[in-house]
Amino acid sequence: MDNISGNFAVTRGDEASRVITSITNTENFKANRLRRSYRQISTEKVFKRTLMIVALIVLIVVIGIALTLAVQSTLSMKALGIKFLWGKVWDPVREIFGAYPFLIGTLLTSFLALLISIPFSFSVAIFLGEYYPRGWFSETLKNVIELIAAIPSVIYGFWGLFVLVPIVRTFEANIGAEPIGLGILSSSLILSIMIIPYAASLGREMIRMVPSTLKEAAYAMGATRWEVIRSVVLPYTRSGLFAGILLSLGRALGETMAVTMIIGNTNIIPKSIFSLGNTMASVIANEFTEAANPVYLSALIELGLVLFLVTVVINMVGKRIIKRFTNV
Amino acid sequence: MKHHNILKLQGLFIAGLIISMFGVTACNSGSNTSGSDSTSTASSSSGKQILGAGSSFDNPLFSKMFSQYNQQNGIQVNYQSIGSGAGIQQLISHTVDFGASDAPMNPKQDSTAGADVLNIPVTCGAVVVTYNLPDVKDTLMFTPSVLADIFLGNIKKWNDPKIAAINKGVKLPSTSIVVAHRSDGSGTTAIFTSYLSKVSDEWNTKVGTSTAVNWPTGVGGKGNEGVAGVVKQTPGGIGYNELAYALQNQMQYGKMQNKSGNFIVPTIASTSAAANVQLPADGKVWITNTDAPDGYPIAGFSWVLIYKEQNYNNRSQDEATNVVKLLQWMIHDGQQYGADLSYAPLPDAAVTVGDNLLKSVTYGGKAILQ
Repeated sequence: MDNISGNFAVTRGDEASRVITSITNTENFKANRLRRSYRQISTEKVFKRTLMIVALIVLIVVIGIALTLAVQSTLSMKALGIKFLWGKVWDPVREIFGAYPFLIGTLLTSFLALLISIPFSFSVAIFLGEYYPRGWFSETLKNVIELIAAIPSVIYGFWGLFVLVPIVRTFEANIGAEPIGLGILSSSLILSIMIIPYAASLGREMIRMVPSTLKEAAYAMGATRWEVIRSVVLPYTRSGLFAGILLSLGRALGETMAVTMIIGNTNIIPKSIFSLGNTMASVIANEFTEAANPVYLSALIELGLVLFLVTVVINMVGKRIIKRFTNV
Repeated sequence: MKHHNILKLQGLFIAGLIISMFGVTACNSGSNTSGSDSTSTASSSSGKQILGAGSSFDNPLFSKMFSQYNQQNGIQVNYQSIGSGAGIQQLISHTVDFGASDAPMNPKQDSTAGADVLNIPVTCGAVVVTYNLPDVKDTLMFTPSVLADIFLGNIKKWNDPKIAAINKGVKLPSTSIVVAHRSDGSGTTAIFTSYLSKVSDEWNTKVGTSTAVNWPTGVGGKGNEGVAGVVKQTPGGIGYNELAYALQNQMQYGKMQNKSGNFIVPTIASTSAAANVQLPADGKVWITNTDAPDGYPIAGFSWVLIYKEQNYNNRSQDEATNVVKLLQWMIHDGQQYGADLSYAPLPDAAVTVGDNLLKSVTYGGKAILQ
């Protein structure tokens, strides 16, 4: 990346100097030079336009998705109104649709997962970024962390169902909760594993980019390693680390398959972390194929719209926080 | 020299971008044309390929049937197992030649279809009550009211007197009952809830019948395997599964008391027996809680759906004929492939109804089968 943008800087600088040199040189050379710079300018324009178009396509697609969700959910908006957001009953037979339990389920599992994953992802980031940036062990660790992101979520679901759920069930039996094993806690644990690589990788890159002069200055003043990390590295990388958390959260909010398999898919408002629950994404995945009734289908799409908006809001709030962090 | 290199690099980069853009648009147009192609093959004159979509319950049977049909008649049938509701949608939007559903079309769906759609019974299946009680070796027996009470959450322990009263001599544990149900919309759920609605007023008023309902209690598992997973892993678990699935996975399942008071083991024979009842002419019937004395009460038909008037969307007569002939083959010769896969073959009454329905299919107002 750096290399490419560097090249552009060179080209742009050259254009200016080219105009000057062409005036002082011979006619023939001047004509050649001019022709080439015209070509260069037109290439420049074509390139810029292409970039613009590609960027616009992405924008249009996202707006298109939002619009489709909004248009397709008008039927259920008309039928259910704003009650959709805090209705507690989801009853396809009587066509009463309330998203509240799923909204809570989604937010609860995602934030709980984030809470569990942060210590791990930050430790990995600091370990790989500051302590052992090179060597076979850190290479292996780095690859393994990246592998976590590459494993299909259905495999996490299976692993969760056959390994994690029985462990959680034993745990629940020991502390006196209802021993089912499925539910909010299991889903959050699975999610937390799945989202570790996002914050860890970004954090590692950020920590490695801390200028060594800063760190050396701190060391020169007698700071210990821990003190350098605490007062130089972490403050310097704050916005990057937070961006990583945001990425992780986005992943957790939208995760469908693994959660569906272990959350218990029960349409109730979770009372504790041992409770069963359901998330918006998993309700959509579960019920979309058989939703033959128009209002039902529309309600599921509206659920998608709510999920979309939740993601947008969380991202916006996150951006605001990042900005505040970096301005300080 | 340096400038040249930069220029080249730029050129390459731009060329790459342009190519990738064309690639994207080409892909787009490619998928578009292939999309319209597939619909146009569905309605083109050749008619060598028939498209169907719907019930995932039917899929194993249909795969077997269609590969046999292809060998015998050289006609390829492409069936997408996307769920009954989605199958109906695809039929209504004219993207497939036939749909398949585990529930007959309801009045609302009929009205969105725009024209008459025929519901032709094609196979039947049973839903069995699976449970996990490692220490109980005898097959448990359930009465309709006990089953409803369990799934309503009224009976919470396995040693409840109501369960003990019908299972005399069985030592029942005091384990809590963990109810497992399907979390995805499913024809299996439709059959199961239709049965509970028929035998329990409380269920009928509180919950009702549908492919997905507001469950009063229990844990949701995705698919047959999800429910089976919960039941198998949780001591004290109870759920409901397709007969074929329970057989293949060696799960414990109970005997159900039917309307005549007999306790019936779910088998292919008792499922066929349940379906052997007087059918209405339109084929739309729930055979749950059957009148047949030897019939298993939680059973249901699966239907293939086609438009009665086949001349729509520029379909050719050949194509329409091919579809009707395929369906005719499915309800006659195709039935022999069911038993191996634990699908109950259609009883004669259902075949007769199916035949009559197929005879009523028209192309441009004229009957296709003479």
